[in-house]
Amino acid sequence: MLATTYRRPYRVSARHVPDPAIEHPLDAIVKVLRSCICGSDLHLYHGLVPDTRVGSIFGHEFVGEVVEVGSDVRNLKVGDRVIVPFNIFCGTCYFCQRELYSNCHNVNPEATAVGGIYGYSHTTGGYDGGQAEYVRVPFADIGPTPIPADMHIEDAVLLTDVVPTGYQAAEMGDIRENDTVVVFGAGPVGIMAARSAWLMGAGRVIVVDHVDYRLDFVRRYAHCETVDFRSVGDMAIHIKKLTDGLGADVCIDAVGCEAAGSAMQRMTGVTMKLQAGAATVLHWAINSVRKGGNVSIVGVYGPTFNAVPIGNALNKGLTLRMNQASVKRHLPRLIEHIREGRLDPRGIITHRVPLEEVSDAYEMFSGKKDQCIKTVLIPPGATDAASTTTTIPEDNAA
Amino acid sequence: MNTAHDHPRDRIPGWGADLDRANRPAVPMERRPPRLEGVHWDEPPRQRSNVEILKSTEHLRMPPVFGTSVPPRGLSGWIRRRAFRHSENDLRHWLMLLFADRVDTVEGLVSDTRHSPRVRSVVALAGTIAIAGLLLRRSAS
Repeated sequence: MLATTYRRPYRVSARHVPDPAIEHPLDAIVKVLRSCICGSDLHLYHGLVPDTRVGSIFGHEFVGEVVEVGSDVRNLKVGDRVIVPFNIFCGTCYFCQRELYSNCHNVNPEATAVGGIYGYSHTTGGYDGGQAEYVRVPFADIGPTPIPADMHIEDAVLLTDVVPTGYQAAEMGDIRENDTVVVFGAGPVGIMAARSAWLMGAGRVIVVDHVDYRLDFVRRYAHCETVDFRSVGDMAIHIKKLTDGLGADVCIDAVGCEAAGSAMQRMTGVTMKLQAGAATVLHWAINSVRKGGNVSIVGVYGPTFNAVPIGNALNKGLTLRMNQASVKRHLPRLIEHIREGRLDPRGIITHRVPLEEVSDAYEMFSGKKDQCIKTVLIPPGATDAASTTTTIPEDNAA
Repeated sequence: MNTAHDHPRDRIPGWGADLDRANRPAVPMERRPPRLEGVHWDEPPRQRSNVEILKSTEHLRMPPVFGTSVPPRGLSGWIRRRAFRHSENDLRHWLMLLFADRVDTVEGLVSDTRHSPRVRSVVALAGTIAIAGLLLRRSAS
């Protein structure tokens, strides 16, 4: 089969590799119909995630059709079309028993600090990913969710990560009515966090970035205010000026370890790797939120350490919440939001690219070229896996 | 602050749909029992595999399910095995893995070069020319 394989930093290629096989009685093999390149895939692509082995298949955002099931699978059958959450989880461990599916303890021998994720290095379990024609899906009876008959396949693929992660970012901010919410990052997750903040009753949503086309897009798509940090002297002062000197009620980090905005942080975190990525946004978030406020972190950082102003967080009495999204627990509510027209995920898709051209797609997304926000990959033979849409409006953005 | 005439509810689709925290699917953060249908096992059956899997020393027992892609190999694999002697709590673990990744890319480049049809053609051509040159020189002498 054709698959996106990692070659070296800044280099992936579409190569022919052996098809996946059933390796466990609860496995299924899924034929991928659509997959996406995620912002966090760029951390792998840039060689920042430890234990990223040459030849690994990338991709944790995909939907597909079941083509084979293991001997113990009861709830899925060949031909079912499914949304596959990016988390791999067992359903019965201590953490799954608490609905912390992203923290499952039974699926990742290589690390205890993170659960299992498709196509995201051996640090998350060494599973092959979905930017391919076929994928092995463990715990097929509980992970995958059938794609609703009335749902567009492009909305479905964005439910595997981007939408739930943006939604959980807002949820972890514990937003109350009329709160001022600052979202750092106008990438796909930041955009979804901004949209989700409105669902939770925010009074103001402000998105911070430095890429003009993304700021324009998020202003239209998420109906929010924007701040270009290049035109701001000091982020904390600027946010305080916007909020009567108090600071925002909630700050959301939707950027992670490759943040721009501080030459020192870039030098120590990205170039020299003296810390686990640039902690610029963590600084901004902690210093821009009001006393007693909430900081929600979904941006990805490495496993070692970052220099963050934890003393300020203590003295300001902040609540810091963070996690990988537990996709499965969000899906029923998010499907409802899409059906009701409150969310329009596929409105963020800017590029649809054949899997054969994945190398160029990564280069484009990494370089923020061609006004790229979200890229969908189409495997060979899946071009005709058209939408089943009957009711979803084309675009409900303003 | 928004005025009564410019409230987000009047211009944002779905504003406040999840204002009630009871509508938010991850509230509370830890929720028991889980709302998960289809679980028909207590302990997941153990995956059988001959692939070498490196296990964190912080796992007291081997997790029952795992990925089997790209087992450790070559010099990078040797470094990875040694990295896994240290816990995730030990910085050496991560730094050695990052170093192994860089070694792996060099090994990958060498492997790609060896298997590249273009490189093989060039080597074959160069070998043929060298042998032909040698034979010509011998016949001339």
